[in-house]
Amino acid sequence: MMLGLNRKDASLLLIVAILVALAPIFLNPFPEQSGLAQFNAGYPDLMQRFVIFGIFAIGFNILFGLTGYLSFGHAAFLGAGSYAGVWMLKLLTINVIPAIIISTAVAGIFALIIGFISLRRSGIYFSILTLAFAQMSFALAASVLTPITGGETGLQTALDDPRILDGTNTTGNIPAPSIFGLQMGDSFQISVGGWLWTFNVGYYLSAIVMLSAFYLAIRIFRSPFGIMLRAIKSNQQRLNYTGLNTKPYMLACFVISGMYAGLAGGLMVSMDPLAGAERMQWTASGEVVLMTILGGVGTLIGPVLGAGLIKYFENIFSKINDNLLHKWFAFMPDGVEDFIVSIIYPFVGKGWHLTLGLIFMAVIIFLPGGLVELGQKVASIFKKKGSTPSNNPNTEPAE
Amino acid sequence: MGILEVQNVGKRFGGLQALQDVNLSVKENTIHAIIGPNGAGKSTLLNCLVGKLIPDTGTVQFDGNSVLGRSPYEINQMGISRVFQTPEIFGDLTVMENMMIPIFAKRDGSFALDAISDFMKHKDILEAAEKVLEEMNMSNKRSMQASSMSRGDKRRLEIGMCLSQEPRLLLLDEPTAGMARADTNNTIDLLKQIGDERDITIAIIEHDMHVVFSLANRITVLAQGTPLVEDVPDKIKGHPKVKEAYLGETAH
Repeated sequence: MMLGLNRKDASLLLIVAILVALAPIFLNPFPEQSGLAQFNAGYPDLMQRFVIFGIFAIGFNILFGLTGYLSFGHAAFLGAGSYAGVWMLKLLTINVIPAIIISTAVAGIFALIIGFISLRRSGIYFSILTLAFAQMSFALAASVLTPITGGETGLQTALDDPRILDGTNTTGNIPAPSIFGLQMGDSFQISVGGWLWTFNVGYYLSAIVMLSAFYLAIRIFRSPFGIMLRAIKSNQQRLNYTGLNTKPYMLACFVISGMYAGLAGGLMVSMDPLAGAERMQWTASGEVVLMTILGGVGTLIGPVLGAGLIKYFENIFSKINDNLLHKWFAFMPDGVEDFIVSIIYPFVGKGWHLTLGLIFMAVIIFLPGGLVELGQKVASIFKKKGSTPSNNPNTEPAE
Repeated sequence: MGILEVQNVGKRFGGLQALQDVNLSVKENTIHAIIGPNGAGKSTLLNCLVGKLIPDTGTVQFDGNSVLGRSPYEINQMGISRVFQTPEIFGDLTVMENMMIPIFAKRDGSFALDAISDFMKHKDILEAAEKVLEEMNMSNKRSMQASSMSRGDKRRLEIGMCLSQEPRLLLLDEPTAGMARADTNNTIDLLKQIGDERDITIAIIEHDMHVVFSLANRITVLAQGTPLVEDVPDKIKGHPKVKEAYLGETAH
């Protein structure tokens, strides 16, 4: 037993921790000078996004995966957390710790209000209510609340911010977010052979927060609270007649889920101290739904995988342009080359959404359990080959 | 005075008077059946007892406390458990988890924010659940997903879940509806055993005369929203009014 987890959960946490710690190495599988180097994802900016959106999706999955309540407005909490975080960096200190804490708390309060109202309904009506609230928040942030949110230009740190704890400083550059002197942008690089590995302060801070958030999610999944949430998804009527009041359970779950989103928002502005209204838009809410479904709804690791896949597509796959395609297929006769490139081109570069959409459809139809189900299927094929079936009665889950 | 006292209860749905002047007293430690033809108001009456419906007139008292205006979960916490016509269980969860949830609800109340401890490591609850599973003859099914069981087993599980809370009153809504004869007989035996061994009052709404006469110590006949007679089973069988209203058309 490690950290109060059973063996299976503890090994999952350990594997995730190792992968996250070594991500700068294995996300850069191609040497710097090779033609494939542009598929390397091991640069700080993208790795930070992987883990931060991982946190967002883990939190979303606590609500959607456990209770089945589909929120279409979770970006509102991401945005609220972001604004709160920037304000802390402006008013209090450039140290990111207060910003991260306050972001989480503010999103929690915001979720309490929206949840209290939205949870009066379930099913599609709940989804629509959350969507409506998020769009209202977006509209407010972009217009009426401009003094607080910076309107369409967004909210950012400035040289003459008060920063009460740091003392005023109006000379030099705008200070960068840091943690006890270490700047988020600081990196340490190692070059081995043709490979270049970047170990970044901001990434490792986000990674530690993500691992803690992941650990907490495991505990929630296994706790009485988590079981009651699953019971709500399974049969709300029975739960009511079993002496449990589902309302506070749902509200607590909604608030916890919103706090995860706020935490992600706080980390986002700690990495890059800029918050804009578009972070609250419905497309951002939809993205976290996609991440969770793609990875595996209701599974522990699925949302993190889904977040990684989508962010990889958005940042790497989208960079493939037609020049590059022509270079790859240059070995073919000219006519064939042009033909092949013209077929592939709509699916890459700016067309990456098209490929993502196709993958999403394939997952929904063939793998309703998402990437996690894919992993389980692959694992069970290997297990079958490795041992006789009689030794292994438990490889296939009972349906 | 009975453990459950229903006085002058009336309920109207638009133009339909579903219940009118219903008086009913369920004595402690009895098995009390409420029978009546379709549309007699049996289910409406039951729903008034568990907080799903609020009657327009009259009072419903459980153990001296009014249940009117309380939510189903509050009424359950008072000591009333309900078994539904189609088994209502947590299909996505295992049999063991199904059995533990009601015991948690009894121990920790209607809401407890315990998001850290391991659900499966609460020894007292595990043991209590294990005991009820044994009583229900379901110990070997503890890790099965509840939705994968047969209808009869789901019914047993649901009854077990209700019993695990040690309720003072168990309400059953046509517990054998749609069951094969063998399953029906099993359920009758199970309920008889529960009534004999436990300190419990059972109120049962039933259509099937065979079930009613094998189980009940007391029967209330409901017709057109009003109680017709209330008596012991032997008297009910021969009662002319009952024959006319009910048994005449569906006697076995």
